[in-house]
Amino acid sequence: MFVRGLKRKCFDGEEDIEGTLAGIKAIPSYNLQRQSLLDMSLVKLQLCHMLVEPNLCRSVLIANTVRQIQEEMTQDGTWQMINTQSTGQASLDRLVSTDILCRSSRDQAEGKHAPAFGTFNKDFESDQAQDSTETMSTASSVQAPRNLQSNVWEMENPQENKGNFQKSLDQIFETLENKSPNSVEDLFSEVDSSYYDLDTMLTGMMSNTKMGHCDSLETFSSPTNTASNSNCKSDLNDLDHIVEILVES
Amino acid sequence: ADIISTVEFNYTGDLLATGDKGGRVVIFQREQETKSRPLSRGEYNVYSTFQSHEPEFDYLKSLEIEEKINKIRWLPQQNAAHFLLSTNDKTIKLWKISERDKRAEGYNLKDEDGRLREPFRVTELRVPTLKPMDLMVEASPRRTFANAHTYHINSISVNSDYATYLSADDLRINLWHLEVTNRSFNIVDIKPANMEELTEVITAAEFHPNSCSTFVYSSSKGTIRLCDMRSSALCDQHSKFFEEPEDPSSRSFFSEIISSISDVKFSHSGRYMMTRDYLSVKVWDLNMENRPVETYQVHEYLRSKLCSLYENDCIFDKFECCWNGSDSTIMTGSYNNFFRTFERNARRDSTLEASRESSKPRAVLKPRKVCTTGKRKKDEIMVDSLDFNKKILHTAWHPMENIIAVAATNNLYLFQEKVN
Repeated sequence: MFVRGLKRKCFDGEEDIEGTLAGIKAIPSYNLQRQSLLDMSLVKLQLCHMLVEPNLCRSVLIANTVRQIQEEMTQDGTWQMINTQSTGQASLDRLVSTDILCRSSRDQAEGKHAPAFGTFNKDFESDQAQDSTETMSTASSVQAPRNLQSNVWEMENPQENKGNFQKSLDQIFETLENKSPNSVEDLFSEVDSSYYDLDTMLTGMMSNTKMGHCDSLETFSSPTNTASNSNCKSDLNDLDHIVEILVES
Repeated sequence: ADIISTVEFNYTGDLLATGDKGGRVVIFQREQETKSRPLSRGEYNVYSTFQSHEPEFDYLKSLEIEEKINKIRWLPQQNAAHFLLSTNDKTIKLWKISERDKRAEGYNLKDEDGRLREPFRVTELRVPTLKPMDLMVEASPRRTFANAHTYHINSISVNSDYATYLSADDLRINLWHLEVTNRSFNIVDIKPANMEELTEVITAAEFHPNSCSTFVYSSSKGTIRLCDMRSSALCDQHSKFFEEPEDPSSRSFFSEIISSISDVKFSHSGRYMMTRDYLSVKVWDLNMENRPVETYQVHEYLRSKLCSLYENDCIFDKFECCWNGSDSTIMTGSYNNFFRTFERNARRDSTLEASRESSKPRAVLKPRKVCTTGKRKKDEIMVDSLDFNKKILHTAWHPMENIIAVAATNNLYLFQEKVN
């Protein structure tokens, strides 16, 4: 009768095996958990709804969580995952004492920077420019290059990284707050040429600028594989409908 | 049937209004006690159904405006008709619901079927008479309050002066007069000059039940601000600031999200207010700002599941809460179609379920229990077996009697206290 509503993922099980040093290798390290939480949050922020305005409260809460993780990461400094044993020890300590103030004072003593920001910031900004259907694959691929590059970190200025990150968050809020008036002209320019171009429609090659409206228009275009005439006709009808709405406005 | 998005009793409790995701409002009326059907007292039947809001398209932003009814608030009854405010994300409407049980017959200029009579046929004047007809309930929109909110409206609240009301969105609160639709006054604005600096939004707002210049609004950071409109035109400076200091030992990345307040309700007395955050309900004394006077755990067993609940977005669910008429008991919803009641003085709480399987008409509801330890007793349910798609977000309590309305997705349940 009752559907199993929860997938047991992430670090929900940490309370059960808390304190057992023997199980260090079985526990996903704190850094990995935090990283996966960060990735999940970024994906959530990027998956804005296409036709309906995104929930501002939800976006603000997720953005605050991302900011919080980022702040902790910059204070952390320990990014090497080469020696899992030692980091496992350190991460367990951090799991036990969840007080951020204690953590930050300890990490200030270590005095290291967070070099990995360069990698995922760039990915994040490039994600912003792509359409939402691709973000899932992009987000998951963010993890992969980082692991590959675990030994080759770019030692960038963390302040600059913070700035880049802030800019990315700002971009999200601008998108959320108002689709700028310029986008209306963008819409018109796209509709004028590419929509009536059958080839363009079939191949789905439309340039995406802002995520919101472009995606909403894309949903009415046919997927790249289908090339049957009936599909094209129904899509053309849909497009006519959209053009009518746009023209009337 | 569509997903119910709001439930509200009127001031006498005789009418119960529900709003749904499709923009419709359904009003139920309580049956009067009759000698022929003594058991029918307490039953609510459909009184009126109407389409309050339609989906709209914002051409400038290329975005759809949902027709989902976010809130319904009744106005106190001043004549034979009933009035209520209903709102979607952007527009508030005042609806008049009136009964018609008589019609006039014997017009001079038109026939019974409404056609105009030939002038030469009118040979004498007669006075139309009123004849009874089948009861007809009509709902008509009387005012439309539009174009005042850039962000999504989350609350409306009628002032105790019965002439004004407030509407709150994520960043602003506006004050309206019920008679004036082309102007509203902005009384709270927390939008930063630079949207990049936005870290906090308004989640709920309500007028004080007795003091017509006092209102509160809650935020996504778990704070409540009480404002007095007499102090200044723009109430950005609060009169009181309610916040419970954070417990450092339970801090996690989800601390802020679960502290976000989803509902705030004044007690009927006006002395207390209640706030609902993700895991608990808190009762505050308006005279004490630094911590609540009572805290009730709704589903503490979810605290270890926050990561999964974040992943499936359940952590952002906005639960509402309500007081009973005497302020002695509070109620709020949970998952798996469970809802919880807390008796404040007796310090008793109960978990009940709103589902067809577990509630036969006129049968007493069986208390439910969620198993938090490893060993599951009979009739208990494991945390992992809870259905997180069955959430009770909206509940309402009759203003005077122990009758409660519980909205479980697209079903409405009405429960009554069994009187022996």
